[in-house]
Amino acid sequence: MLKKVFILFTIAMVVIACSSTDDSNGSGTNDGFNRTELLTNVADNLIVPAFQDLQTKLSALDVANESFVTNKSVTNLELLSDAWLDAYKVWQHVQIYNLGEADNLGGGERGFVSFFNIYPVTVADIENGANTGNYDLNTANYHDAQGFPALDFLIHGVATGDALPIDKFITNSDSNGYTTYLTDVITQMITLNDAIVNSWESGYRDTFIDNTDSGVNGSFNKLANDLIYSYEKDFRAQKVGIPAGVFSNGGSLPETVEAFYKKDVSKELALEALIGIENLFNGVGYASTTTGSSLNTYLEFLDRADLVIEINNQFTAAENAINGLNENFYQQTIDNNAQMTAAYDIIQAAIPKLKVDMKQALNFVIDYVDGDGD
Amino acid sequence: MQTKLKSYLNRTTSAAPLAVFRIGFGAMMLASIIRFWSLGWIDKLYLQPKFQFSYYGFEWIKPIGNYTYLLFAIAGLAALFVLIGFKYRIAVITFFLSFTYIELMDKTTYLNHYYFISVLSFLMCFLPANAYFSLDAFIKKTQYKQIPKWTIDSIKLLLGMVYFYAGLAKLNSDWLFKAMPLKIWLPSKYDIPIIGETLMHKEWFHFAMSWSGMLYDLAIPFLLLYKKTRTVAFIIVIIFHVFTRILFPIGMFPYIMIVSTLIFFDANVHEKILNVFRKGISLLKLKATELNTQVYNYSNRKISIPILVVFFTLQLAMPWRYLLYPNELFWTEEGYRFSWRVMLMEKAGYANFKIVNSETNDFFYVNNLDFLTPFQEKQMSFQPDFILEYAHYLGDHFKSQGHENVQVFVECFAALNGRMSQPYIDPKIDLYNEKESFNHKKWILPFNDEIKGL
Repeated sequence: MLKKVFILFTIAMVVIACSSTDDSNGSGTNDGFNRTELLTNVADNLIVPAFQDLQTKLSALDVANESFVTNKSVTNLELLSDAWLDAYKVWQHVQIYNLGEADNLGGGERGFVSFFNIYPVTVADIENGANTGNYDLNTANYHDAQGFPALDFLIHGVATGDALPIDKFITNSDSNGYTTYLTDVITQMITLNDAIVNSWESGYRDTFIDNTDSGVNGSFNKLANDLIYSYEKDFRAQKVGIPAGVFSNGGSLPETVEAFYKKDVSKELALEALIGIENLFNGVGYASTTTGSSLNTYLEFLDRADLVIEINNQFTAAENAINGLNENFYQQTIDNNAQMTAAYDIIQAAIPKLKVDMKQALNFVIDYVDGDGD
Repeated sequence: MQTKLKSYLNRTTSAAPLAVFRIGFGAMMLASIIRFWSLGWIDKLYLQPKFQFSYYGFEWIKPIGNYTYLLFAIAGLAALFVLIGFKYRIAVITFFLSFTYIELMDKTTYLNHYYFISVLSFLMCFLPANAYFSLDAFIKKTQYKQIPKWTIDSIKLLLGMVYFYAGLAKLNSDWLFKAMPLKIWLPSKYDIPIIGETLMHKEWFHFAMSWSGMLYDLAIPFLLLYKKTRTVAFIIVIIFHVFTRILFPIGMFPYIMIVSTLIFFDANVHEKILNVFRKGISLLKLKATELNTQVYNYSNRKISIPILVVFFTLQLAMPWRYLLYPNELFWTEEGYRFSWRVMLMEKAGYANFKIVNSETNDFFYVNNLDFLTPFQEKQMSFQPDFILEYAHYLGDHFKSQGHENVQVFVECFAALNGRMSQPYIDPKIDLYNEKESFNHKKWILPFNDEIKGL
């Protein structure tokens, strides 16, 4: 008798030891919900086309830059500005996906956003870089002196002592330095985005789709975390909350808006970002009408259609609130910051739905390690 | 009645089960501390946070910098001494004190399991667990094969209580009729081999697990007590705890419970276990020493028994204290801890703190991660006592930074067992002005639903 108990006991301990909570090995799973289909839709119809489009828009930006460098005319600078805006709008759709190669770029807390969209830009770093030629865009010091915000300043901003934006490339004593800096920033963006696109095209897509683990490193977990992070940080805080001054004492901070030097596109960019997040939630393909499986489908599978409706209502409310704002958030925070704060409150209302309700319904692992549970 | 009680207290039984229990307990505790340390949790959970959530009345208990490691080392060493039965009384008291100190440092890490260890080690301070098969007995050259029966029964009582109360807590409509929170938890375990794909998402399985979990907790103490069902019960214990270990990240607890429930077995089973150890020791080729065998005389009974009576009365009463508070227990959590309410809730919250200058009405929001670890933020967001303590910490912090007329408000939402989140804390209440106490917190907003049952 005792022997039997001991044998059972030993088997039990071995089973426990072997079945611990590591999430290393995934397999094709079939719990009635098809995760592979979800991941395939998101990868093939949302992520990859968006990154590819950014690649296209960045090479157009590169072409516009070459024309400008060859012939530094106001017209060519305006064309460069148009190309910048086209690419910037696409960026709003890809910024969510800090996955695979993007995650490996070493951007720190903000992930690959660090190389593309940290603002407000530190103008002194750019001016100093143009003057000395001494800068390294790969270091953390230059996260806030590259990407779209740096181009925003270079194309639309006025350097110290200049009268017009174009002066820094013509009359400024550092005009060559500015031109090189401009080209270097664009080259950096192209290089990094190419690396991301290549990795998706050359195998990471399959890795991503095959990784149906339930653990924190499972693709679905990462996707859900990225959606929440992007809504909370990239969209809510950066675009609206910080300029409205809700995180700081002493009123609004107009100079922290996105595209501060171009000014009249902040609303357009904010709307693009929101649409990108909504499309991920609802599985709507990038720049297409294809709709497939995504977080909404999964929630519906879990009998939480009520939550899908609620979250989409919140997105719509946020969209309406932004639509009511001035196209230039800089002007908005100066003229009527109360409206900006009100818009923030509406955007904020979606956060508990995403972070509490959606997280609970999907029971996905949040990005941190915690101890044992009861 | 009195004579019956007296004769019960005078009854003796074999010391072997308690000796095996002591060895098992010491080994499990030693392993737990080594595991905790090696996972880097001392640093992560106690040294990294800038701020600790304290138990009401124990605010003076804090991590002690790098000496916290020493504290764990002391607890580990004490566990080792308990295991080998060396200076047992001092060792087990040291273990109880150091372990309990660790648990009181930050209530973020509260687990019923840890509380169970504290309670059990307190009880063990009063038990002659070194009477037999211990280094103490070897050194004193005196062993006691017979010890008072009540000493072993007290452990059975405590174990039975933990299970039974855990079972009672499951008698509620969410657990039994909505299969919550298992309905949320199980489907996400879809990548477990074999059962992950076939069972985890099935509704009948959620209900089967809920009901069998409830029946298990309520019945297992009795099934272990009766000789006829004991072996089957122990097999069920193993299956149950192995299963929970596979499904949930519950660390050492399943091992501890499996080893602990061995105490229900008869002395001859434990003698066989001890014989295994004896064989192991004989390999060391130590010189055999003949030990005197005496009947253990429990000397401090007049003090110990009343203390243990008070202890068990308190243990029996604690889980019911929630009845003194209004509103839903799961919602307010007033009287939730220290009551063996295990795995009953999937609750999550979101707390957005707003610092307001009451004169100028200027305000700003706080980024919780500036002050808390993600784990602390998660735990804080749905527990009112945490929210209040943190609000005071924030108030003090910003006041010391030179902010004037500081008021602290919170926009807080919580979701319980798959219900849609709802406002949790009254956003119009200046929490900086509210005091912690055992009274009901009136600023917790009412729960929009009803959970029936205990």
